[in-house]
Amino acid sequence: MTATTAKEQSIASSIQLRAVTKAFGSVQVLKNIDLDVASGKVVVLIGASGSGKSTVLRIMSGLETADSGEVVVGDVPMHDPKRAPEIRGHVGMVFQQFNLFPHLNALGNVTLALRKSLKMSKAEAREVGLRCLERVGMQDRCANYPSQLSGGQQQRVAIARALAVNPRIMFFDEATSALDPELVGEVTSVMRSLAADGMTMVVVTHEMGFAHRTADRVVFMDDGVIAEQGSPEQVLKDPQHPRTQQFLARVLEA
Amino acid sequence: MNLELIWDNLPQLLKAFLVTLELSAVSIAGSTAIGLVVGALRTSRVPVVSQLARAYVEIFRGSPLPITLLFVYFGAALYLGYSVELFVASAVGLSIYHGAYVAEIFRSGIEAVPTGQREAAQTLGLSPMQTFRYVVLPQTRRIVFPPLIGQYISLIKDTSIAFVIGMVELMKAGQAIVDRTAEPVPVYLTIAALYFVICYPLSLWVRRNERKIVPA
Ligand SMILES: Nc1ncnc2c1ncn2[C@@H]1O[C@H](COP(=O)(O)OP(=O)(O)O)[C@@H](O)[C@H]1O
Ligand SMILES: [Mg+2]
Repeated sequence: MTATTAKEQSIASSIQLRAVTKAFGSVQVLKNIDLDVASGKVVVLIGASGSGKSTVLRIMSGLETADSGEVVVGDVPMHDPKRAPEIRGHVGMVFQQFNLFPHLNALGNVTLALRKSLKMSKAEAREVGLRCLERVGMQDRCANYPSQLSGGQQQRVAIARALAVNPRIMFFDEATSALDPELVGEVTSVMRSLAADGMTMVVVTHEMGFAHRTADRVVFMDDGVIAEQGSPEQVLKDPQHPRTQQFLARVLEA
Repeated sequence: MNLELIWDNLPQLLKAFLVTLELSAVSIAGSTAIGLVVGALRTSRVPVVSQLARAYVEIFRGSPLPITLLFVYFGAALYLGYSVELFVASAVGLSIYHGAYVAEIFRSGIEAVPTGQREAAQTLGLSPMQTFRYVVLPQTRRIVFPPLIGQYISLIKDTSIAFVIGMVELMKAGQAIVDRTAEPVPVYLTIAALYFVICYPLSLWVRRNERKIVPA
């Protein structure tokens, strides 16, 4: 890879949010969000339920549009309605409820977008799909349907499906929250290996262990604003904001 | 019962029966195409689009089929300035009328697919059309299938109503024989049997599949 393409890539997988607001009806969900994620970094979003974490991820992935402010994801200005659709297929989203396609087996889930959106041949899609399933340790279960897989396995297939289209950025919205405790580790270890490979990631999670070990930065959201952010050491071990202290006390107690 | 009478008129009845089959097949295809499009538009997030689709459904569900048929047949002659073939008018009338019901069946199927499915497809880069075709529609199958076949059965029986515009299908052919022979009972029984022969296997098929399709 030449120096210029490396540079282009590093520009193309960063994220900038400036003064972003979002309301649902009369409820102001995001009040004034500024957030920067540099290329190849892992940012973990924490905060109480309802603080707006999912909404931030959904705006960055194009599932919602901000009411005001600037959102640039990769090289796509998401605040420009004409250009926002360009993001589709370039960022990966992993959902709490997996959202696997129940009528397709694991390989079918992973290859659908390769075939229909990227117009790959069947053989090519299969090869890419199997490689992605291998990456999450699921190649042996490629013929299984979602209903035949455990939650942890389903979520790993969902990660493989997101990876298949070769996204520049991955978003995880409580990817392990719906899992039995003993299945959390197999998913977080896949997420850690992605981080180690240099994927730009924004992760909403209640797994403080993951945040501590993997995050480059931890961002604490409270009632639609970013109340505090910093290194995992700072935010998790020495929180300054009283709301962060309360939140962590509650989470660590549980 | 006068079996000879039926035997003598059987070629005529079977010929009309074929017309009924043909009209049914074309109208099933037409109503499914209309129902699919209108049902999908009905779930649109663009209010004007979903309201127009809704208006379509309400209008045709709220008017009797004979009126729809008469409107299509004579309306085409009066307003378009040319008369359509009886078969075409019958098929169009049946399609738009039953299309309204089929649209509601597809709508309920589409709405039963969780939004997360569409969101996952969108972030993967599938277009809205691809998402509908490859993600949403296959998942509506289980919900849509039994009522859809039920609707097709009603449609098949409703082809008899095409007699109001003079279409010679099974019902109309039977009436002509009754007029000629003054033997309504054997003729109508035969006609009923012929409808039953197509509708009953469809009912059976639904019942078998209902048992086979277990919720995921
Ligand atoms: N589509 C929506 N319509 C109405 N309110 C919503 C919608 N999505 C989220 N909200 C509200 O916005 C607030 C923030 O939600 P969310 O971003 O999901 O928070 P978090 O992920 O931190 O729990 C909540 O009060 C939630 O009820
Ligand atoms: Mg959330």
